[in-house]
This record gives sequence, C-alpha cells and structure tokens, in this order.
Amino acid sequence: MNEANRDYPGYRTPTLDLLRRENAPVWSQATLHTDRGDFTGLILPRSETADAQHIVLKLDTGYNIGVRQDTVQRITVHGRKVAHYKIPEKAFPYDPQKPRVKLIGTGGTIASRLDYRTGAVIPAFSPGELYGSVPELADICNLETEKLYGVFSENMGPEQWLGTARAIAAEIEKGVAGIVVGHGTDTMHHTAAALTYMLQDLPVPVVMVGSQRSSDRPSSDAAINLINATRTAATSDIAEVMVCMFGPTSDQYGLLHRGTRVRKMHSSYRSTFRTLSDIPLARVDQDGVKPFRADYNHRREDRGVTLKDYYDDRISLVYYYPNMKPDIIDSLVANGYLGIVIAGTGLGHVNKPLYPALDRANRAGVHIYMTVQTMWGYVQMYVYETGREIMELGVVPAANMTPEAAYVKLGWALGQSHDRAEVERLMLTPVNGEITAREPHNGYLVMQGGIPEVDAFISEHWK
Amino acid sequence: MNPRHALTEPWLLRPLPQLGELDAGGYADLGMISGLEVHQQLLSDRKLFCRCPAGRYSAEHQAEVLRHMRPTLSEMGEYDGTALMEFKTHKDIVYLLNNETVCTYEMDDAPPFEIDDVALDRSFAIARLLGCNIVSEVHITRKQYLDGSIPTGFQRTAIVGTDGRIPYRSRTVRIRQISIEEDSCREVSDRGHLRTYRTDRLGMPLIETVTDPDMKTPWEVMEVGQILRWLTRISRLVRTGPGAARQDVNVSVTGGTRVEIKGVPSLRHIPRLVHNEALRQTSLVAIQRELQKRGVGAHDIVDRAVDVTASVRNTEFRNVRQAVEEGATVVAVPLPGFEGLLGAATQPRTTFLKEFSDRIRVIACIDDLPNLACSTQDAPTFAGGEWDKITKACGVADTVPVLVVWGRRQDTETAAREIAIRARDATAGVPNETRQALDDGTNGFERILPGADRMYPDTDLPPIGISDERLARIFANLPEPPWQRQQRLLAQGVGADLAERLSRHPAYDLFQILLVELSRHGQSAITATGLASLLLDRSCPRPPSLKVASAWWGETVRRLAAGEILPEGVYHGEEAPLEPLSEAAARRCLAAALAAVPDGPRSGRQGEDFVMGHVMRDLRGRVAGRKVRGWVKEAQA
Repeated sequence: MNEANRDYPGYRTPTLDLLRRENAPVWSQATLHTDRGDFTGLILPRSETADAQHIVLKLDTGYNIGVRQDTVQRITVHGRKVAHYKIPEKAFPYDPQKPRVKLIGTGGTIASRLDYRTGAVIPAFSPGELYGSVPELADICNLETEKLYGVFSENMGPEQWLGTARAIAAEIEKGVAGIVVGHGTDTMHHTAAALTYMLQDLPVPVVMVGSQRSSDRPSSDAAINLINATRTAATSDIAEVMVCMFGPTSDQYGLLHRGTRVRKMHSSYRSTFRTLSDIPLARVDQDGVKPFRADYNHRREDRGVTLKDYYDDRISLVYYYPNMKPDIIDSLVANGYLGIVIAGTGLGHVNKPLYPALDRANRAGVHIYMTVQTMWGYVQMYVYETGREIMELGVVPAANMTPEAAYVKLGWALGQSHDRAEVERLMLTPVNGEITAREPHNGYLVMQGGIPEVDAFISEHWK
Repeated sequence: MNPRHALTEPWLLRPLPQLGELDAGGYADLGMISGLEVHQQLLSDRKLFCRCPAGRYSAEHQAEVLRHMRPTLSEMGEYDGTALMEFKTHKDIVYLLNNETVCTYEMDDAPPFEIDDVALDRSFAIARLLGCNIVSEVHITRKQYLDGSIPTGFQRTAIVGTDGRIPYRSRTVRIRQISIEEDSCREVSDRGHLRTYRTDRLGMPLIETVTDPDMKTPWEVMEVGQILRWLTRISRLVRTGPGAARQDVNVSVTGGTRVEIKGVPSLRHIPRLVHNEALRQTSLVAIQRELQKRGVGAHDIVDRAVDVTASVRNTEFRNVRQAVEEGATVVAVPLPGFEGLLGAATQPRTTFLKEFSDRIRVIACIDDLPNLACSTQDAPTFAGGEWDKITKACGVADTVPVLVVWGRRQDTETAAREIAIRARDATAGVPNETRQALDDGTNGFERILPGADRMYPDTDLPPIGISDERLARIFANLPEPPWQRQQRLLAQGVGADLAERLSRHPAYDLFQILLVELSRHGQSAITATGLASLLLDRSCPRPPSLKVASAWWGETVRRLAAGEILPEGVYHGEEAPLEPLSEAAARRCLAAALAAVPDGPRSGRQGEDFVMGHVMRDLRGRVAGRKVRGWVKEAQA
C-alpha cells in the first residue's frame, strides 16, 4: 500500500480521489450529500476485491451500505472513530495437574477476526485470545500455541507438511502430552496423510482440527471441534495422526479419523469428514474419547518418534475421464514428473488409447500407481483383461489407498528412493492404515435419504 | 417498616392510570415517545438466499438437528450484550426439518445462494413509496440472534433505503430505514434448557420498516402502523394472511430508555401495550429515584447467594419441597435497600418483583412458575419460621427483602447473579431490553436489547451494486401511495370518508377505470361519490375475477350514468342489476304491495315509514325510493 492510500485502505480511483478531495479518510464520521439524499455514518475501509465505485458507510444502526461515488455532491466530516478490533485476551490459566497440549497453527479459523481489506476473516491465535473466546480449553489442559503458518488450506504443500512434521517431532521430544494442529479443512486429509507418513511410532496423539463454519459466527463448529481435539490430544490413548471433526451435523460429538483413511466429502456440511473403506477410530465429546476399535497405536511415556521428513514433489494425480488423450500422460513425462497416481474408473481402469503413453512413461522411469475414483473399495486389476493389460505397462495397483493418500505417499516415497523396487515396497507397505488387509462391511455406509427406516434412524440417532 | 424505607415518590403511591385516563397532555407529561418496526413478508416464490419455496407451512418434519450458539465479536471488536446473555442460558436448540421446505442452507450446512432479485426489487419499490433515499450498493449484513431463531446465529439483512417520510394527519412521520431480511424460525416450545423451532418460515424474504419515535400517544402508534400496512398492501408486493405482517413497538419515557416490545400480534393490541410500557418505565424511573434517595447505588449491590436448602427441606411450600425432593438447590439472595419496592406496581396486575422473576425464567431457564419467593411478598410461600431462618442465614435484618430461587445448582447460581444484575440495573432506571407482548396487554422480559454491536458484514456474499437503470425500471411501475390517492379522490369529488377508505381498497384501480367510463356520459345520473360507495359496499355482488369485474362494472356504470338502472338495483341484484319498472308497472306493483301491508300505523311520518318498509321489499332497486314515497304519501292523503 503506498503512502497516500494509507488513510484510504481499499479505495481506488475515482472513489479515492473523491475521498481525498473531500478530506474524508476512512474512519471519518461523515454525511454524504448525494443525488439520492443524505447518508450519515462511519466511512469504512473497502474490500480490495470490490469495485472502485462505492464508499462503504456504517450507519448508526450498525448496518453497512454502499454509496456510489458519482452520486456524491459533497461530504461533511463530523469526527473520527477508529475500530479497535481485538479478541478479548485473558491470561491462559496454568494448572500443574493438567497435561500440556501444544496447538500448532497452519491457517484456518479457530478463533478469528475480520479483515477489512478483503472482507474475510483472519485467525487470532495466542493462548490468551483462545482463552478469551473458548474458555472451556482451560478445563482440559495447559495450552501452548505456535503459529507455524498462516495459509489457506489450498496453499498447504510439501514445504508446510515437512515443516509441520519437524515442528511436531520437536514438541514431542520436549514432552507435551499431545499435539493439536489447526488447519483449513479443504486439504486437511492430504496433510493428515503426509504427517502420518512422516511421523512414525508416535508416543502421543497428533490431532488435526478445523471448522466448516468460521468462528466469526455464533453457530460455528470451531469451538466444539477445538475442545474435542484438545481433549483428545490431552487424554486420548490413541497415539496416531487423526482428524477430529463433527460426526453428525448436530452439536453432538466429534469423530476421530485415521489420517490416511479420512477424506473431506462435502463442500459445506459440518460433518464433511468421513473414514473411507473402514470405520473411524473413536468418537469424542465432553465425556471423553470412546474408541470404536482396539487396533490402534497406544500412547507411551517415552518421547521416541521416528521423523521421516522426505519429499519429492515431481508427482501428479490424474483423475481419469472417458476419452482422456495420451498427451495428458506424455506432457507429464515431458515436464519431468517422476511419479503419477491415476484415479481410474471402477476397479482401476483407463481407456486403450492411453496404453502407449503409459508404456512410454514407464520406459522413461516414471512410477505409476493405480487407485480408484470410486473412493471406496480396492483396485483389482485381474478381474478384467484391461486391468491386466494396464499392469503389463508397469502400472502398480495401490490396493485401497485413497487417491489423495497415494498421491502424498508417492512424493514421500520418491523423496527416499528412485529405485523402482524400493519405491514399490514403500508404497505398498502400509504406514498406518492407508492400505488395509480387509474392508469391513460397515466401512462403506452411504445411506440414502427417503427410505423411511433410514430417515427414522437419522431423525433419532444421527441428527 | 423503618421510616427510611417508606416510599416517597408520588408515582409509586398512586394507582396506575388506566388506558383512556391519560390524554395527549398526560403522555406528554410522562415524556412518552414511540416508534414502530413493521415486518412484512415480501411476495415471492422462493426464499431470499436459497431456492426453497416460500410460504409453505407444515406441521410435519422428517429430521432434526441440534445446535448451540456462542457469542462472537462484532466488526467493531465488541461482544454484544444480548449475545452474552443468550450464551449464559446454555440452551439446546433443536430445529425440525421438513424436506419440502428447507435445504442445507437453512440448516447452516451450506453457504447462501445469490439474493432473490424479485424480492430485492420489491423492497426498493416499497422504500421508494415511503420516500426513502435509496442506497446505491446493498451490503448484506449479519445481525446476530443467539436465541436460536436462526440456525446460523444471525439474520442476513441489508438496508435498501434510509430517511423516508409519510404524511400522518397534519404532520409527517419519519422513516429511519427499510431493510430486506430473511424471516426467522417459528418457535414450537421453550422449556428449561430446550428450545425447539420449525424451519419452514425460515429464510422467507421480509421487509422491515423502522420509523423514528415520532408518535406521542398509544393511538397514534396504532394509526401509523395501519398506514404502513395499507401502503404495502396496496402495493401488492407483500404477503397477506396470518403471520405475514408483524410489528415491534419501541417506547420510551423521560428518564427511561428505548424498550422494544416484540411479537405484537395485531395493530389493535398496540395502544394498551404502549400505555402499559409507558407506565412500567415511569415506575422504574420512580424506583430509581427512590433508591437514589436511599443512597443505594450499583456498587452497593453485591453478588450474594446463600444456600438454604437444608433450612427449607421440610417446608410446607409445595413447589420448593417437591423440587428439593427431586434434588434441587435452594438459594437465597438478600436485597438490602429494596425495602418496600418489590411490591411496587409496574404494570396492571404486575409488580417490580416480576422483573426479577422474568430474568430468572429467561436467563437461568427456571421456568416453572412461581420461580421465586420473596420474604416481603404478600403471598403464601415459606412459613414465618422458615423465613426467619433464611433471613438469618443471609445475615440481614428481617425488614430486608430476600429472594429465594430453587432448581439445578448451576441454574440457581445463574439466577442469583441475574438477581444482582437486575437490582443493579434498577439503580440506573430502565434497562435496555427487548420485551415480549403478552395477551393481557402487559409485557415480559425477552432479552437484553441488542445494539449496533451485533452487526457484522456478511463475508459470504459480495456487495450488490444497484444501477440507475434497474431503479428506473422498478420505479416505473410503482402504485400511488394512499395519501396521494386520497388527494386524487377528493379532487375527483369523492366524499372525505369514502376517499379515505377507497384509497387503501383493492377496488381503487377499478374505480379509476370506471370514472373514465362515467366521464364519457357528460351529465351522469350517478356521482363519483355514488360510484365509490357502490364499490365499497360489501353487499354489492362481486364477479369472481377482475377481468370479468371490469367488463361487468363497465356495462353497469354505463347504464347507471345513462339512468337506465338505479344504484340500489346494483346493490340488490344478483348476478345482474335489477331492471327498473315502467311507471305503470311500478304503480301496479305498488297497489298489490299496499294491499298486502299488515295492520299497523297508517298516518303521519310513522305510518309512511311503516308502509314504505313493506312495499319496498318488492320495489327496491327497481323504482327510486323517493318516487315510491311520493306515491305512498298520495295514497295516504
């Protein structure tokens, strides 16, 4: 922002010129005399993505309106009132009886405030700020926080995955009882998979959490998710990388999903995260963590954690579609990609015209793995002849890894070796559940509304 | 009673004036002013921010969701008082969902879709009718409601116009602003810590019209409400029918503050509600003065909660005994300095004590009434000995009022804090509150009046620029407001009363068409007033549709103007007006009718009326009554 615009954040010519001419900077209490009558209020900053034609005015009643600059005849300034936006900060109480939990922030909104420039919310984060908005946390633990990144979920990538894994390993060695990772929800399952591969033999829980309704709204799921995640980190016996988000859409309980089997399945529902082809690890609410299964990695007293911070990002995830042309594969090879994960149709198929391109890629040394775009179930390339033909081209079936879990894992494996056999060994040896030996019958439950008994069940138990 | 605690404020020593006892001067002495907030559902097919159908209500539901609300910061960095209050209530909020009328948007599981342009255009039309300045860019704002009436915890709302005015009697009433907003849920029940809502109405487009506090008597408030209703109704831009229009009334008096009374069911309830609120505030101001004289300030009121469960375990006071048997805690809160005040009348049949009871009911969720007992209250509660124990446990003199509440431990703690808060409020006079209209014309506490702090820009939707072309298109089809219609009708020669009625009647447009028809006839046998009176007469036959109506009325007016039929023939005809009789036929008919007139007076004016009453049954609408009376006179002479 240049010097001249500092007093007029977000405003551009011609509105900026008008405000400067009238000496009416942002935060002026002013009356705008216009062709459409007089409007009186507080001049607010303008969102930088909005047009350059309007002045934003906050009326006494708290409403905002926009006044088009070419209707303004003159402006009378009465005074000035600068907003002091801050979340009430209170010292987070220390209780020697309570476990230490570390909250690592990567972005997303657990507690947040409004950014006038963009009109969007930005996170607030210190323990004091969090205690001010979610005081229940003090009943659970002694909280420490560290803001590692401040990026939207979609901007998380290998650099942040590695950085987060290293930070967590360091914290575990310092002796915390558990880790909470605040994260935007869009790519939370990618990061959860990455952290699972990079942090092995965990002695304590690593719980990823976010919110589907931002914390600037009264109905937000952020506080409950944060409380549930913190409780899990502080008390859970499950020492794995998990995602902790709403079970049903109601404020009832959270589910703990294994980091490699979880996926965001709805663009906006609170209950968007689901464990695929398996059941979740546990549920969590104010009464604590209740595991659904016993085959998890248990909490230990030692501080040993195996950090495997490797990554090679020359990989791609290709979602197959009918009539895909071979040049899609060829261009990846030409651009130096080392690995490709395909999300194929059905049991793991692509069309015949792609075969020569896959063959060329294989001969060029590219590692190619097949997953299923059906999301649930295994790749099985023997059932149909096409599957066998594709395997002969060097495409390796990746069992029941989700496309995202396989994609992240391929980068992690290539970070350690380019040897075909070694990469295959790393890919097909499960770190923690990304490949399972069997799929339980209730690992696939997509119930359909409208069926009376399903609706009755939802109404009664899954609100 | 200690003389220091005798009441001295004259207002507290007199009975409250009844509605009708105060004239405009009386209300002026209280310094009463009042404004209105009128909410009307806009006519639209769909809801404001999603594609669900609007106006479809149902008592069935297929699913439920459970939510809680937490306060958040406003854009200016403050927590809103109401928000904090609602958070203290710890309510479970359950929404009942009907598949036909709600989608994931209303459940707050999906972001909003684009605003419904039809509804938005209609809101601009109404803003214009009310003479408002129209905004050039609409900013969707979130208005926090933590009572759960909207699952998001806020209502999406936006200003479309400000600073309008409407004529009222010989002055103008100022319109502060008009906003377009989404309607809230319908409450099904609210007991203890559980509140249940139906969601079918949620999200329907509404306009809210806010007047300045320009009304000075309870009746003025009702009349202005009526004008606003008519205005929007004649515009045919709003829904009509039960629940389609609702109003809130704002009242304040000298020394008081703006109090909002919500949920006023109909306009005719307004005068009593306004009157009673003026009394309540005046009483609270008098109580404040009384406390001041006693030297009781906010700092003198400390949080005290004495657990007296053990002292009253075996009480004969049934409500408490039963509650204690079920595990309730009983807590006593002494209120030194409030001697003699809790029984002061604030509204008809209502004392100051109810202000405390209401807060406990709403905020601590202790809602089995009575939910408190008072040591100085003249009602059967604890026995004298029990009160002695309670007072002693509190360590105060027996003249000091002690309030006792019972319920879940956490709730009694909340209740004790609220008692202290309400007592502190009393030292400042009238608290900022939203109050609920009750059936008997009094009102009860609903919540702390929310302020500007609860407004928050909606980050889900960008501002909407409103072009001059768009406004021109909307304004090209505006109906005339009723006050302009009234002027026009007067100029057209319609009598004052009829002009006032017709100006807000659906038949107004038809009248204007017919008047043109009438004017083609030069010397007409029927006047504009006669025509207006015909159109407004409820007994007049009404063809089923406007299209049929205009043709029917067109022909009828032509014949009326030409003197071919009589106005009475239109009233009394069935589908078609009655055909007039020739003079000979009329006289024959009269002769037959006269012969059938039963015994009765025959002479003088009385006799004339008696006979007319009988013969006109056969002749009405077919011969002018004037003519028949002449013939009857002749016959009697």
